[in-house]
Amino acid sequence: MRVGLFIPCYIDQFYPRVGIATLRLLEHFHAGEIEFPAAQICCGQPMANAGCMADARPAAERFVATFRSYDYIVAPSGSCVTMVRNHYHGLVADEVALSEVQAKTFELCEFLTDVLQIEPPVGRFPRRVGLHQSCHGLRELRLGSDSELNIPPFNKTESLLANLDGIEFAKLERPDECCGFGGSFAIYEEGVSCMMGRDRIADHERGGAEVLTAGDMSCLMHLDGLIRRERRPLRVLHVAELLAEALGLTISD
Amino acid sequence: MKTQDHPAAADAFVADDAHAHWHDQALWFIRAKRDKCAHGLPEWEELRELAAQIKQHTIAHLGDYLEQFERNATRLGAVVHWARDAAEHNAIILALLQEHCVRRMVKSKSMLTEECGLNPFLEQQGIEVTDTDLGEWIVQLRHEHPSHIVLPAIHIKKEDVGELFHRELGTEKGATDPAYLTEAARHRLREKFLAAEAGLTGVNFGIAETGGFVVCTNEGNSDLGTSLPPIHIASMGIEKLVPRLDDMGVFLRLLARSATGQPITAYSTHYHGPRPGCELHIVLVDNGRTKLLASEEFRNSLRCIRCGACLNTCPVYRRSGGHSYGVSVAGPIGSIVNPSRDPEKHRSLPFACTLCGSCADVCPVKIDLPNQLLSWRKRIAELGLIEPSKRRLMRLAGRILSTPRLYAFAGKAGRTLLRFAPRWAVYNRFNPWGRQREMPLPPKESFREWHKRQSQQEKQ
Repeated sequence: MRVGLFIPCYIDQFYPRVGIATLRLLEHFHAGEIEFPAAQICCGQPMANAGCMADARPAAERFVATFRSYDYIVAPSGSCVTMVRNHYHGLVADEVALSEVQAKTFELCEFLTDVLQIEPPVGRFPRRVGLHQSCHGLRELRLGSDSELNIPPFNKTESLLANLDGIEFAKLERPDECCGFGGSFAIYEEGVSCMMGRDRIADHERGGAEVLTAGDMSCLMHLDGLIRRERRPLRVLHVAELLAEALGLTISD
Repeated sequence: MKTQDHPAAADAFVADDAHAHWHDQALWFIRAKRDKCAHGLPEWEELRELAAQIKQHTIAHLGDYLEQFERNATRLGAVVHWARDAAEHNAIILALLQEHCVRRMVKSKSMLTEECGLNPFLEQQGIEVTDTDLGEWIVQLRHEHPSHIVLPAIHIKKEDVGELFHRELGTEKGATDPAYLTEAARHRLREKFLAAEAGLTGVNFGIAETGGFVVCTNEGNSDLGTSLPPIHIASMGIEKLVPRLDDMGVFLRLLARSATGQPITAYSTHYHGPRPGCELHIVLVDNGRTKLLASEEFRNSLRCIRCGACLNTCPVYRRSGGHSYGVSVAGPIGSIVNPSRDPEKHRSLPFACTLCGSCADVCPVKIDLPNQLLSWRKRIAELGLIEPSKRRLMRLAGRILSTPRLYAFAGKAGRTLLRFAPRWAVYNRFNPWGRQREMPLPPKESFREWHKRQSQQEKQ
């Protein structure tokens, strides 16, 4: 089985540890032959969400061309994965290639739970963790049940952490409210964006969180920016970093 | 036409942090009540699906159902009028009122008349219009517009209502007790009801097979307003139809639960023709709705039953207030229907959204709001209505993010700048990210640089 690792552009540039942790986890769980095709860059979402489809097209075409030959494509980002899976229509000319790629592109946690079908990993993470439900993973990829729908509760991300020794979860007043990042929303609607972010952080702090984690680094980049500016004691970790740390995998050189 | 800029208005709202948080909490409270209702009905998701299908079917056959509705309503003795736009709607109503020498009219809540600007139009003609929904009356006394389609005065605190009533109704200064203030309003409104020569209501549901319609309120004001005066005018958007009376069994169960977290509104009044000796006029209004109907992308927004659930759940609406949208229907659904009337004026609305998707999951008729907001962004870009600076930025980003060498260079340059530039060079007025937030801590190596180095080391 050949797995193409997709490390989204901003993770590549700013959060290489998240990429390394993802790679280490895939190796640890014997995902097969894992490759990082160097031709990849970006899924195209920044431009597409701004409405600029023509500017998003080359990135989307590049993504499909780069990953078409793999059996699976895995990325540590629900947001980029939903872009590929749910918003590529009209962006990629070769529709056959597109639907192939869409069917085999997975977010890291769902790849572990649904494709590799691993047992909840055994490891150790003796901390109180605030799990932020990144919206695109939750409501577009349905990695978990959200508070709006009346459906049986489940959560793929949380299920990967639940068996870790010593872990506790912060209880939140609003379990799945948006963090306020929203791509260029964070810039063009800066006031509301930062208020939303601070409200999320406050909720996690009230729940006693020591570590804030999520499946999407973009939410965490925004929240971490606020946390560091206000010198709050919360440690921010992508769920891949948290899992790698709990399993004792090395993520530095 | 002046462009309504949501970010600027939202920033002003957010600047009063205590008030913005109070507003957010007040609406979250209602969202939480809605959740309780939704989770209390095992068949909730089935009801939503059923409602979506009924509405979709109605929209697909809207012309037929409208004609059926007109036939049946006429048979019951109502007079049906057709209005292409707001101006025709207002003119029809003015003519009716003038014909009957009406000087005073009471109105129960109707967002459609807000949309058409009926109040100021009639007031200019010397007709007194009184909004009798308490929240809407408060807003009217303040010379404002509703900030929410179901809770028109949700942006106003009881202290401010006390102040307003002291000024307008002579209540005790500093009074904030809701029961006391409501009682005062009740007395003044009772005078208005008794003096009114016509009553106007909105319509929640028009029923094609009977020609009747249903109005839902919690205050009974529409019942009083249509029981006393001899003329009842009902303003109805053409999308308000359902095919059968039985469909009420679906929609009445969804409406109040979604709107305010109540099992049902206090009053769900069915009107079938005029009262004996009285007149009933129904004004069917298009005002841009057929434009939505004609558009493949936005058609299903006509399913909307105006419950307001998408406003209550929207994290942006809760923190920016209804007035920041500059329209009669604010929030996620407003950001879809308003640009169809005037994309240039409302071009910032589809971007007043993080695409979190919560609106779609609370919507009782399953409108795919986030996708439609995305489609609007696309349309606005196609119409050339995106700010030139943003347009240039996206063109540049698109180039960089699809050209390996440019990307590698820009990434490295950006990280180096962040590592070595003095703070003022990064954190200044040209960097909105950095106003309240730190930039990411730039690593020495990108993932791909690390990966390349690892692969080379392995080979050696």
